[in-house]
Amino acid sequence: MEFSAPVLNYTLLSPILILLGGALIGVLVEAFMSKALRPITQLSVTLGSLVLSLVQVWKIRNEQSVTAAMGSIVVDGPAVLMQASILIISLISVFLIADAQQFTALAAALPGSDEERHALQTGNQVTEVYPLTLFAVAGMMLFPVSSDLITLFVALEVLSLPLYLMAGLSRRRRLASQEAALKYFLLGAFSSAFFLFGAAFLYGYSSSITFSGIRNAVVGGGGNDVFLLIGIAFLSVGLLFKVGAVPFHAWSPDVYQGAPTPVTAFMAAATKVAAFGAMLRIYYTVFANAQWSWTPMLTIIAIITMVFGSLVAIAQRDVKRMLAYSSIAHAGFLLTGVIALNKAGLEASLFYLFAYGITTVGSFAIVTLVRDSGGEVTDLNRWKGLGKRSPWVATAFAGFLLSFAGIPLTSGFIGKFSIFSAAYESGARSVVIAGVLSSAIAAFFYIRVIVLMFFTDPVEDGTSVEIPSSLTSITVIFSMVITIALGVFPAPVLNFISNLATFIR
Amino acid sequence: MNSLVLLMLLPLIGSIAVAVTPKAKEVLTKQVALATTVVVALATIAMAMNFQRDNVDLQFVEKYSWIPTFGINFSVGVDGLALVLILMSTILAPIVVLSGWNEAHGGRWSVKTFYILILVLETMMIGVFAATDVFLFYVIFEAMLIPVYFLIGGYGTGERSAAAVKFLIYSLFGGLLMLASIIALYVMSGAQGGHTFDLQALSQLEMSSTTQNFLFLGFFIAFAIKAPLWPLHTWLPDAAASATPGTSVLLLGVLDKVGTFGMIRYCLTLFPEASKTFTPLIMVFAVISIVYGAILAIGQKDLKRLIAFTSISHFGFITMGIFAMTSQGHSGATLYMFNHGFSTAALFIVGGWMIARRGSSTIADFGGLQRVTPVMAWSFFLAGMSSLALPGLSSFVSEFLVLVGTFTRYPVHAVIATFGIVLAALYILIPVQKALHGPTTPGNEGLSDLNLREKIAIAPVIAIIIALGFYPSPLLNVINPASAHVIAQMGFTDPAPTNGDK
Repeated sequence: MEFSAPVLNYTLLSPILILLGGALIGVLVEAFMSKALRPITQLSVTLGSLVLSLVQVWKIRNEQSVTAAMGSIVVDGPAVLMQASILIISLISVFLIADAQQFTALAAALPGSDEERHALQTGNQVTEVYPLTLFAVAGMMLFPVSSDLITLFVALEVLSLPLYLMAGLSRRRRLASQEAALKYFLLGAFSSAFFLFGAAFLYGYSSSITFSGIRNAVVGGGGNDVFLLIGIAFLSVGLLFKVGAVPFHAWSPDVYQGAPTPVTAFMAAATKVAAFGAMLRIYYTVFANAQWSWTPMLTIIAIITMVFGSLVAIAQRDVKRMLAYSSIAHAGFLLTGVIALNKAGLEASLFYLFAYGITTVGSFAIVTLVRDSGGEVTDLNRWKGLGKRSPWVATAFAGFLLSFAGIPLTSGFIGKFSIFSAAYESGARSVVIAGVLSSAIAAFFYIRVIVLMFFTDPVEDGTSVEIPSSLTSITVIFSMVITIALGVFPAPVLNFISNLATFIR
Repeated sequence: MNSLVLLMLLPLIGSIAVAVTPKAKEVLTKQVALATTVVVALATIAMAMNFQRDNVDLQFVEKYSWIPTFGINFSVGVDGLALVLILMSTILAPIVVLSGWNEAHGGRWSVKTFYILILVLETMMIGVFAATDVFLFYVIFEAMLIPVYFLIGGYGTGERSAAAVKFLIYSLFGGLLMLASIIALYVMSGAQGGHTFDLQALSQLEMSSTTQNFLFLGFFIAFAIKAPLWPLHTWLPDAAASATPGTSVLLLGVLDKVGTFGMIRYCLTLFPEASKTFTPLIMVFAVISIVYGAILAIGQKDLKRLIAFTSISHFGFITMGIFAMTSQGHSGATLYMFNHGFSTAALFIVGGWMIARRGSSTIADFGGLQRVTPVMAWSFFLAGMSSLALPGLSSFVSEFLVLVGTFTRYPVHAVIATFGIVLAALYILIPVQKALHGPTTPGNEGLSDLNLREKIAIAPVIAIIIALGFYPSPLLNVINPASAHVIAQMGFTDPAPTNGDK
């Protein structure tokens, strides 16, 4: 048997390879570096890898290739945009992750055990969260550029497994954190199984695992349509789970609440970009010709998701849970971009993902600042009068909420407008109407938080606002500037996206 | 200086100036705010002088590319209608600042914040009337809710936060319906020759009558909430009762006009056929508003709520004038918007002073003010007379024009609406009698009359009310060509006047 060596285009793969390399260095640092130097080294390695990777992405922005890794990875405009979004979001999330207060000293120790206490007292803080983050980012970068089902599945697992662990790393309320991790893991494993099941059927349908092969089978017809339908349905379950769409959303409120807030920020923003990125690629290229088999299903799911997310968010009393349901609602809005299935829809989705991701990280950054002696305060009742205590923090949070609500002059509005108009253009009017109505519902609970912060008198219960560290300040200020800038003057970014947003097949 | 964009920038620059004044020097903050609004008012008047009255095209047009990907421009321009409303807004602004010199002190936040919000709001007030790009209009329409929301919730009285939320939710809901319509227009424009938000281009779109009806409703409901028209009015009395008098003036005097302005500028221009389809229904709602607002005003015990309900009645008149589809009706409605701004301002400002002095807004707590504080009492009386459209005061002209314009096409509606005038006499004269006349209610003997600042603030309002009552032609000369143009575009001709001897 003849063996041919795989041909790899290292330039095009370098953004991912740099991250994986950085992660491996991080593991070595964790193993061999003295504990005093570890945190700063880890932070530098992580930030360095992310920045280097971003530079590489910028360099390859005009490349187009389907043969970067033997047909398993595709590099095109949308890929570059998604990878850049993921990297920027990860960068500002890492500034939050740098806050060691948030993480348990020794993740391997049982909650409340002597070992844990000892590690805390001696300052023996492990910093494994950094390499885990890099692994997750690498997986996220790979997910939307995969062009065969095996690579897609590997990417899914590479991005998910570190996240399961990271969700369990919280220092306070460790049991809740570990419960969140376990829940995320079990449900995630379950959805992975669905995903694989769907992949198997797609292989059965097209006798190919590559996207182009499946696409050709779909275009050519002639295969067993039942296999195709089952394949699409089960693959969609796996993807919809990752984006947190109803009815596969059950994990998200608990995980958002239980995970350490910096991890929640990272997960909520970056995972969405990666998962929607993959979804857009698959539905826009592979399944585009079978659109009548999946648009009705996705339309129903989108409507249910946005209405459910908005309605249930009203009842939330915990800020992290509220943001979780709000992210479910936003997943519904983002699905309208998938349904649109036109170039405008792709551009709008890419813009929306970036804008939403930045705003999300910013809002969770604010959540990390509101604390009492026992750690973060996430009970909304104790956020009363925040506007009086620290007007700037409250104003920033209000800005993020207004962006979520889609008020003009924020990035959220431009995102919403562009994604709804793309969906309307494709004829999906029911989704647009549902979207507009659920936006009205959603506005209600965002505004309620603003009322709470600004129009209610503070209660003296020891809640205070931490003076943000310089890293956290960077995250908040950067997010705020982007949120406003993309709302007031989005033209450069929209143009940039518009020039690049074409999938190659 | 004939640039609307510069005019919009002025208050923004003022707000930055306010922001950098030292926190301890509150008087300086107020002086900067006052100076800014006065400059803006003078600049607007200067611009109005350069307005060519007989030219029905948009004037002072400026256009800058904003978001080319979506075909969105930052384009502004005014016709007679928009000019009159911008003029009203910018003249009211310094009056609001001067009359409410101490309003900001009871607030949750600093005096500085109050004036920054006011000045930012002024920029948006100019922009919302000047915008000729539908997207730009929508952005300002929605964004201006935020400063008003904080003005009511942060500086109001009583149930201020609940009132602010009610105001915001109502408005946002209407706004989102409008957004859906705007998206539909945008998509249709893309199918018919390129994505655009230009008002002129959008009015040329071809669409089926069903589509037109739905899109019309999206816009109209948003405007009817703003205006407010019965049965979408319920937020207004709460908001007006909780807001400071100055905020109420801007809310009822200017912001609510965006509703009636939008009906003319957007509903009629973009959806002429649908406007005709819905006219009978809207006329009924308008008449109900007139009578309902008046009857509820009679029953109010609270001075601010009373003024709010009178406004609901007045907005009924304006809406009726608009949808009567005659040039007199239109001119009357536009003039009514202007005059209502000043008569309501007078009521709220003087009423606000009475409330601040007495420490209560219940009408029964006043009494015999005529004797104790004659200047204040006379000012309130005059404001009241203007509100009930006494001949010789400005509101009479506009109300008369609306009724004449309506009668030629909808005699029954006009006759019922005339009862609104009778009711108006009741809702104004009863509080005037209770509050101003009769024996002085115990506790009121020590009330002080208007000081010099207050006299200076109210004098221009009263002067405008009286001057336009006798000589409205300067304004009508600006308004009439614009109104006639709209009516002609709609394909209507004025019916011949009916007379008795056929």
